[in-house]
Amino acid sequence: MAFLNALPGAVAQGLIWGLVAIGIYISYKILDIADLSVDGSFATGACICVVAIANGVPVWLSIILSFLAGAVAGAVTGLLHTALGVPSILAGILTQLSLYSINLQLIMGGRSNFPFSSIPFYTGNTDFTPDSLLLRMSDKVASIIVPLLFVAAVIVLLWLFFYTEIGLTIKSTGDNPAMSKAQGVNINLNKVIGLAISNGIVALAGALLAQYQGFADVTMGTGAIVIGLAAIFIGLSVSLKIKPNFVVSLIGVVGGSIVYYVIFTVVMLLGLHTNYLKLLSAMIVAIFLAVPYLKKEYFSKRKHQRVSVAVESESEGGDADA
Amino acid sequence: MLKISGLEKTFNPGTVNAKTALAGLDLYLEDGDFVTVIGGNGAGKSTLLNAIAGVWKPDFGKIELDGLDITGMPEHKRAKFLGRVFQDPMMGTAPDMEIAENLAIAARRGTKRRFVWGIKKGERERYKELLATLELGLESRLTSKVGLLSGGQRQAVTLLMATLNRPKLLLLDEHTAALDPKTASKVLKLTDKIVSENKLTTLMITHNMHDAIAYGNRLIMMHEGRVVVDVSGEEKKKLTIEQLLQLFEQSSGSKFGSDKAILSK
Ligand SMILES: Nc1ncnc2c1ncn2[C@@H]1O[C@H](COP(=O)(O)OP(=O)(O)O)[C@@H](O)[C@H]1O
Ligand SMILES: [Mg+2]
Repeated sequence: MAFLNALPGAVAQGLIWGLVAIGIYISYKILDIADLSVDGSFATGACICVVAIANGVPVWLSIILSFLAGAVAGAVTGLLHTALGVPSILAGILTQLSLYSINLQLIMGGRSNFPFSSIPFYTGNTDFTPDSLLLRMSDKVASIIVPLLFVAAVIVLLWLFFYTEIGLTIKSTGDNPAMSKAQGVNINLNKVIGLAISNGIVALAGALLAQYQGFADVTMGTGAIVIGLAAIFIGLSVSLKIKPNFVVSLIGVVGGSIVYYVIFTVVMLLGLHTNYLKLLSAMIVAIFLAVPYLKKEYFSKRKHQRVSVAVESESEGGDADA
Repeated sequence: MLKISGLEKTFNPGTVNAKTALAGLDLYLEDGDFVTVIGGNGAGKSTLLNAIAGVWKPDFGKIELDGLDITGMPEHKRAKFLGRVFQDPMMGTAPDMEIAENLAIAARRGTKRRFVWGIKKGERERYKELLATLELGLESRLTSKVGLLSGGQRQAVTLLMATLNRPKLLLLDEHTAALDPKTASKVLKLTDKIVSENKLTTLMITHNMHDAIAYGNRLIMMHEGRVVVDVSGEEKKKLTIEQLLQLFEQSSGSKFGSDKAILSK
């Protein structure tokens, strides 16, 4: 019973984090870059959304602003990496760290937490009513339908985008940079575009989560990359077996995110504290990265042993030159 | 058409690992020249092709293509003029993408990528016809991922990609070396066919002296970052491997001995 009560919330969060996972899929799977700026851009999306709404910006426009802010953050990471030669991991960390200050001071005006309910106190904007938000935790139907619509729209738009001339070369940039350059593709520009789209989607998810939970918090993006990767690994472990195609992969990734939140809800109901969420995600990612590696190590060792046995039997009688 | 003068490149300068790969190389190619390039391991052949392709900037010297100075032009920009096939069959194609997608990207080499469909109506038909000319049965596998193809098939597709949008200059770096002998000779014949049908100006590196003599209208041999032998026309047609070895010894002042293992007859 408790589980059934908690299920809609798990699905709603799974869908919102599914968008984060889609964003990370673009950087990690398509561009082959582990982009850590998403931790920052997720919070940026949330902060921009609350502050914009507090200042009387319509809800839909504030969500667009969140997307754009995330896109700018992603582009900055891309430029640090491609134009200034900073290794991609470090470029992401630098952006993430900068965003912490920017979110806290520049956007939130020094507040680390900004609930929608406090808008009238901070800005004197008494026109704001929570009903104007697209989704709220208390409205179980909207909190599933709205993220679902966003997920569907993002998947369709990305699906179309990656069939355009630019989209195809962004795919090839990650798949084979040498080939891309030989075919006249500006891979630096493509990395910037790809990271901008990726972080824009992540920030959009941040804006939705802020509305869902009723507040923005500057720390809410901590570990977003790891949660997103966990969702990707869970999702792809199933969807790649069905059909290795783009749309199926993205649907799988969102599914992975929902599964992740359902598992987490169950574990929590069994008595685990919410604070263990991040430890759990780190463990999931570590396991998914380690298993293929260990498999390969184990098999290549066995093969190696077999080869050395063969060599020994061949060089029978001769001087061992090992 | 291609004019290279005083090209120099030293890797890791100022360290114990400093290596001068190009030592003031001069080379002039006429329109339609099909030049085979031979030379021992480390002679600087790949470095020459990489310099032309713009993988990095040379230390000194100038590279002109049809009167245009391309010495400092970024790699992706000068790709407009160049078709390239690499030694490694994995390098020339995007494995996670379909054959048609790879070809579509190549068909737009030298154009600005736009926000329009990446494969237009009718394009697939054209690709089917082109793939059929490879005689590898790929015409029915337009939507297969390139990663599923064999090395020889991938190299043939790369060759098609390099020439789909007619390049001013075709650069082939031992593009059959990683293939088994039968596939290698098939890809080489295909190369010859494409080059002669399209009258492509071509630089083809090979480690096989027999192929170097059999193909093309001109042969150059490199040694220590320079061109030391340059034979063309009738003289090239009549060339034998023995003569080639002799030429090498005369001009480089060294015995061929150690290189023999690398340059196979
Ligand atoms: N990227 C590089 N870094 C350092 N040394 C290099 C690099 N590329 C080539 N070299 C060196 O330059 C010399 C010429 O290499 P290369 O042009 O590849 O010879 P080859 O004629 O066999 O193709 C070799 O001694 C090689 O070790
Ligand atoms: Mg070489």
